[in-house]
Amino acid sequence: MYFGLSDDQIFFQENVSKFLADQASLDVIKLISDGGNDTKKADIQRGLINLGINGLLIPEKYGGLGLDLLFATAVSQSLGSGVAPVSFTGSYVMAPIAINEGGNDGQKSKYLSGIADNAIKFGVAFTEYVGSRENAHISINNDRVSGSALFTLDIEESTHLLVSNQNGKIGIVETNHKGVEVIKLTTIDKTRNFSEILFNDVDIDILEKTISNDVAIKKSIDAGRIILSADSIGASQTLIDKAVEYSKERKQFGRFIGSFQAVKHMCAEMTADLEPCYALLWHAAHAFDSMPDEARLMACQTKSHTSEVAKVIAKKATEVHGGMGFTDLMGIHYWFKRIGLNRQLLGSPELIREEAAKIQGF
Amino acid sequence: MDLSYGPEYKNFKKEIQDFCNDWKGVNFSDGVQISLGQSFDNKGKTITRTEWQSILIERGYFARSIPKEYGGYGGEADIIKSRIIASEFSNAEIPPAMSGQGIDMLVPTLLELGTEDQKKKYIKPTLLGEMIWCQGYSEPNAGSDLASLQTKGELINGSWVINGQKIWTSTAQYSQMMFCLVRTEPEANKHAGISYLLIPMDSIGIEVRPLVDMTLKAGFNEVFFTDVSIPESNIVGNRGEGWAVANATLGHERGSLTNPNATMNRVNSLIEMMKAETVNGQRLIDIPVFKDRLIQIQGKVMAFQSNSLRVLSSKLNSNQDTKIASMIQKLVGTEIRHELEGLAIDIMGEIGTLYEDSPHIRDNGSWQFTYMYYLGLIIGGGTNQIQKNIISERGLGMPREPKAKEV
Ligand SMILES: Cc1cc2nc3c(=O)[nH]c(=O)nc-3n(C[C@H](O)[C@H](O)[C@H](O)COP(=O)(O)OP(=O)(O)OC[C@H]3O[C@@H](n4cnc5c(N)ncnc54)[C@H](O)[C@@H]3O)c2cc1C
Repeated sequence: MYFGLSDDQIFFQENVSKFLADQASLDVIKLISDGGNDTKKADIQRGLINLGINGLLIPEKYGGLGLDLLFATAVSQSLGSGVAPVSFTGSYVMAPIAINEGGNDGQKSKYLSGIADNAIKFGVAFTEYVGSRENAHISINNDRVSGSALFTLDIEESTHLLVSNQNGKIGIVETNHKGVEVIKLTTIDKTRNFSEILFNDVDIDILEKTISNDVAIKKSIDAGRIILSADSIGASQTLIDKAVEYSKERKQFGRFIGSFQAVKHMCAEMTADLEPCYALLWHAAHAFDSMPDEARLMACQTKSHTSEVAKVIAKKATEVHGGMGFTDLMGIHYWFKRIGLNRQLLGSPELIREEAAKIQGF
Repeated sequence: MDLSYGPEYKNFKKEIQDFCNDWKGVNFSDGVQISLGQSFDNKGKTITRTEWQSILIERGYFARSIPKEYGGYGGEADIIKSRIIASEFSNAEIPPAMSGQGIDMLVPTLLELGTEDQKKKYIKPTLLGEMIWCQGYSEPNAGSDLASLQTKGELINGSWVINGQKIWTSTAQYSQMMFCLVRTEPEANKHAGISYLLIPMDSIGIEVRPLVDMTLKAGFNEVFFTDVSIPESNIVGNRGEGWAVANATLGHERGSLTNPNATMNRVNSLIEMMKAETVNGQRLIDIPVFKDRLIQIQGKVMAFQSNSLRVLSSKLNSNQDTKIASMIQKLVGTEIRHELEGLAIDIMGEIGTLYEDSPHIRDNGSWQFTYMYYLGLIIGGGTNQIQKNIISERGLGMPREPKAKEV
């Protein structure tokens, strides 16, 4: 019995963290978030692809590394921890899983190999299936798609989009097709970009197995939720580390603020709340990889629970920094906002708990 | 990640399942204290508690790694086997081996620090449930600040003579023995002046006064000592080393206060209750707000359960560091349990407040009882505020509070 990340997983995770510490300091994140440096942003994405994040989940026969979701959570945790301004959840987790589950051999070979050798990059537009707002309606008829999708994940530099309708039928369109209109959204989290996509009678390549069932989209969303949870856990850990560090430097009333119990107890509470989330996350990823009966419930519970925990940590860690925590200068807000957006993506906690109840038959 | 126990445990699991089948419904002629929030089938054989303890020890299902000469099974410690036993017993509703402060705290302490004579004399009857122990640490003026305790022990003519008072002493009214912290070196500083003594409860000069707690049961006691005299040899460790001896056991206590699997069983009982009960003709489980709170606490318990698997794994794999994951267990486990029991009461509404032998009561009032009982555990065993001090200072390395002047 061994419960936890393996040495390989930890090694990979540390490599991603080292790369980000080197290439994506807070100053760089600020520049990128202010829209001032798209080249640097592309460099960071490319650097991570050189480390292999695009091929993690792609089977070896399509040129990938053939690793499992637990591996991907290890990476995602590092990305969240460094508020990395890059694509991952949609392009390199949800897309390969959806295609591997839902595609026929031809589709798999074309798209999965494309992702693995970085010729193809996907954005993911599944909002219609998770929780359609404003009556956006994706209609897929034969091999054409129309309608709109909000909050498309990882649209930047994408060559293709995965889009689903309300029933979980998934198809692939080319991002630069003339009927595809991309409208940039501005969220609180400027480390990542999200868009609305309008489809106006666009050619679509339907993933063959998704015509008859919604297994592929369910798996893809389960994985996406687990990966977003990992991102929030990474971001939360950074916030706790920063709060503890600050409390050992800042003095008031002639003593370090970390010696005040009000501050200590906030840090202890954040730690006690976050620590079990790691175990839940790994357990859920392991269930996704090898315990199919428990996988869906665990994915829902992981997303919902870590979202609640991370929200409180984002608040308390900011408070520990006093006024500095509230400034743009200190940059705590990047983590606060990353957590805030992750919480809503692929289902807010209440919606997901509703789903968790359904899965259990109540 | 590997959650399997390996093929060598398959047979063991089968063996335990067979044992559970044979003993299904076992119950005890001599009043049993069974942990709350669990139900046991009692339609099988009736034996004594001590007989049950011996059966479990003989087969290595209890006291597995304790040497034979001290009354144990004399085998290798095996955490996975312990876990299989716990979960199969719980599935089959078979009562587990006894626990309590003697078994959970004193026995490990004696094994580690006791003399040969002490081990021979005390461990076996304790394991068999013939010798019940209470823990005499807290005093009226020494709770969280335990090291300020003042109960006095003087060595006079080869005997320790003890005067003073303990309080909050759980089970003192049934106990044969107390392990007790006593100030024996009044000149030494706070922590260095304490010794760890073993006191027979039938000694002349001991008076036990039960204290009724919030649940309206006499859960703990005051214990008064007036010139109580015990042999000089009833000391564990040397004079003045009692603080270190006690600390060896505090860890054992905290580990035993919370059980994530029992907590998950409780979530499942709550779900059953919500399916069976209605308000305004609607099943409780169908009411969205209740359902949302249920799923929320289920998620917390799942996380806590996974955390304990991680801690278990670190005991089997020495390269894993789970210092923080272990440190948070008392705080998290007691708070979750209290919240969960309270949720059940909210969901039942007025019916949730019924108690004792009231008409319309559900589950013998166990939700209300356990809700209060766990508040006691939030306070006992080192309050949860003290836990937060420990997590922040020892876990996160935050600065200690400056020493305040005595007031
Ligand atoms: C159900 C139950 C069973 C018990 N069984 C036993 C037993 O068998 N044997 C035994 O010896 N004892 C037992 N105890 C006693 C228990 O260990 C003490 O109650 C506990 O350590 C707290 O001490 P106190 O009651 O004196 O509270 P106090 O120490 O007076 O605490 C009062 C409040 O002040 C807070 N506080 C105190 N110091 C600090 C600090 N440094 N930082 C922050 N907050 C602080 C506490 O958290 C608490 O909220 C039991 C208690 C309970 C409730």
